[in-house]
Amino acid sequence: MPLYHTEDQAMLAETVTGFMADEGGIKKQLRHYRDINCQDGFGHALWKQFAEMGLTGMLAAEADGGLAMGHVEAGIVLREIGRNLTPSPFLTTSVMGVTALSGGSDELRGRWLPGVLSGGSVLAVAVDEGPKHRPERIACKAEKAGNGFRLQGRKAFVVQGASADAIIVAARTSGSDTDNDGITLFAVPKDAAGVTHENLRLVDSAMASNVTFDNVELDGDCVIGEVDGGRELLNKVIRAGRIGAAAELTGVGQGAFDITTAYLKTRKQFGQLIGEFQALQHRAAHLYSELEIAEAAVIKAQQLLDGNSEKADLMVSVAKAKAAKACNLSVREGVQMHGGVGMTDEYDIGLYMKRDRSLAEFMGDQYYHAERVAQLSGY
Amino acid sequence: MSDLDAFRAEIRAWLEENCPAEMREPVRDEGDVCWGGRNFQFKNEAQKTWMERCAAKGYTVPDWPKPYGGAGMSPAEAKIWREELARIGARPPLSSFGIWMLGPALLKFGTEEQKVHYLNQIARGEIRWCQGYSEPGSGSDLVSLQTFGEDKGDHWVVNGQKIWTSYADKADWIFCLVRTDKTNKYQGISFLLFDMTTPGVTTKPIKLISGNSPFCETFFDNVVVPKNQIVGELNRGWDVAKYLLGHEREMISGAGGGDRLNAIGAVVARNGLEDPILRADLAMFDVDALAYACMGEKFLDEAKVGRAHPAQPNMMKYAGTELNKRRHELLMSAGGATALEWESERTNGGSPSRSWLRTKANSIEGGTSEVMLNVVAKRILELPGA
Repeated sequence: MPLYHTEDQAMLAETVTGFMADEGGIKKQLRHYRDINCQDGFGHALWKQFAEMGLTGMLAAEADGGLAMGHVEAGIVLREIGRNLTPSPFLTTSVMGVTALSGGSDELRGRWLPGVLSGGSVLAVAVDEGPKHRPERIACKAEKAGNGFRLQGRKAFVVQGASADAIIVAARTSGSDTDNDGITLFAVPKDAAGVTHENLRLVDSAMASNVTFDNVELDGDCVIGEVDGGRELLNKVIRAGRIGAAAELTGVGQGAFDITTAYLKTRKQFGQLIGEFQALQHRAAHLYSELEIAEAAVIKAQQLLDGNSEKADLMVSVAKAKAAKACNLSVREGVQMHGGVGMTDEYDIGLYMKRDRSLAEFMGDQYYHAERVAQLSGY
Repeated sequence: MSDLDAFRAEIRAWLEENCPAEMREPVRDEGDVCWGGRNFQFKNEAQKTWMERCAAKGYTVPDWPKPYGGAGMSPAEAKIWREELARIGARPPLSSFGIWMLGPALLKFGTEEQKVHYLNQIARGEIRWCQGYSEPGSGSDLVSLQTFGEDKGDHWVVNGQKIWTSYADKADWIFCLVRTDKTNKYQGISFLLFDMTTPGVTTKPIKLISGNSPFCETFFDNVVVPKNQIVGELNRGWDVAKYLLGHEREMISGAGGGDRLNAIGAVVARNGLEDPILRADLAMFDVDALAYACMGEKFLDEAKVGRAHPAQPNMMKYAGTELNKRRHELLMSAGGATALEWESERTNGGSPSRSWLRTKANSIEGGTSEVMLNVVAKRILELPGA
């Protein structure tokens, strides 16, 4: 398969790009919801529009009313979300959440998917338990209790967790903290007794929650997939999150790059456009090169994931690490090349820098993924 | 089964039968590369057999048209060919500047007669070519070249000097930029082809910091070149040269595949990897190398269907060569004192250190990294005044 979009994918990209430029822009979404101190961290109206376009269920099966698309298509949407810094529950709900639900029973999907498809509900995913992404270690426990389970523990960095209608929780149902087996995924409803949120605003204005589960009673219907056998599904959800975040990062990096090169073409000092200075030209050209390479790694990983290739796991980590490195360079160079105005809230470039930080951390930073590349390569 | 699946099965079966086992080993050094040419000494029978079998099917230049010695493969088919070669670790049957550089230029600018004549020779590995571009006073500023061809009616008489002529001492023919009009800088250069055995052509190898001499100085003293040995129009050789430089940059970038795209951490670790900081650097390198390999694949896919930006080879060349230099810095660090050995048998005559030094030319030859960045800034980013 060639490493560029098919005609259908290119058409989707055109539609989404135009729509997001009109509706998802920084002023209309990010700044607006930040400045009114919205505690959800995103706008429900835009989420409804996503649903009307079929985007919220694009990864869901056709039998479930979805579009049965893949990670390449989801990545197209995420790249535009990234480029516009749009606060959106798309990644946690439509990419990670729907991937999790696809491993669940008809009944479970029937309970949660219609809300996702209609844009009426959102999902969050709770994996990590500390400040760094360490899905290998899961201590949050769910013990058998009658016909169901009792959930006990804490989850950290649950993006949009407090506003989610259901939280997909990875919990330990047997074994010790670092065991590969013994993991079960649960869909925990918002109103379950014993769930408390420490709802926090992050540097990029997104809302994330540290969630405490204090003897939360869950009936057996909340289990997604197999009891004790959830690791594989969890890995699938995490991979979807990683490649999704990587796609979004390429959008953030590109967005920052575009406004920075535009600035180089308008700002004058010493009687000339600063874009005429070779010192800046070479740095911009190097940055272009890094962004192109990151984008190539991302589409390759997306295709491998969609084709269920055994190489996908390695390439997803390559893509996440590379996208994070390239995007980080883009926002740092962006602020520096903007000079003083790059430090002001009035200019958008600083917003890109903040978003980059958040996304780089989400589902593992470049160091985590480089380590993973080493391990998967056998060293 | 789709047509492409059937094609893949056909290629796979053919390779199984025709690619000798010795040709499925990684290329270790220069001696393992099959360059072809009048005076080429095949390293072993397998190398010869492999080249000849491929040439007979047009597989040395799979995507060239059949009348010119190729197999007429579509972009999708050529990709399958590369993938199937990679799957069994097969070496390229034939490597040459004729395939990578002159061939594409002839396909675009050559006359029908030139195409049939020269391309078939290249495809069969009969003629080895070298490239006469740089001159002592014309490096990055190539267009200032001074080698002059004086018009003598039915031929030119060429005088001047080229430098950094790769393998000129081993080449049979040269494609050469020659000034044919001293009054016009850009539109005063012609693209000439001539035999290196023509009277007046001499070469002198240049000893490099690697101790090897892949490059030569090449001198022209009243060299007679017939008028039918020009590619493209008179005084429009710069167009051909620029087009060809794109292919050269593509080649140096490693986009076509090969070792420089590979991750290295696992190979290094086989001999032990005790330093955690080196391991971390290797992991970060592997991220960049594996991502660049994707870029190589994407670039080729896009180039084949005309979707790549025309200046994209400059970006590829820049990124690929900088990566390769980094690769060899890490290999030297990993090798420790053993990698410093210059002549020992166990290092195959100082292969690690000589290769490391050789890579320093990567970001100079075929356009320096700085020139590549200039081109990207100007043509892709459209920055002002660049």
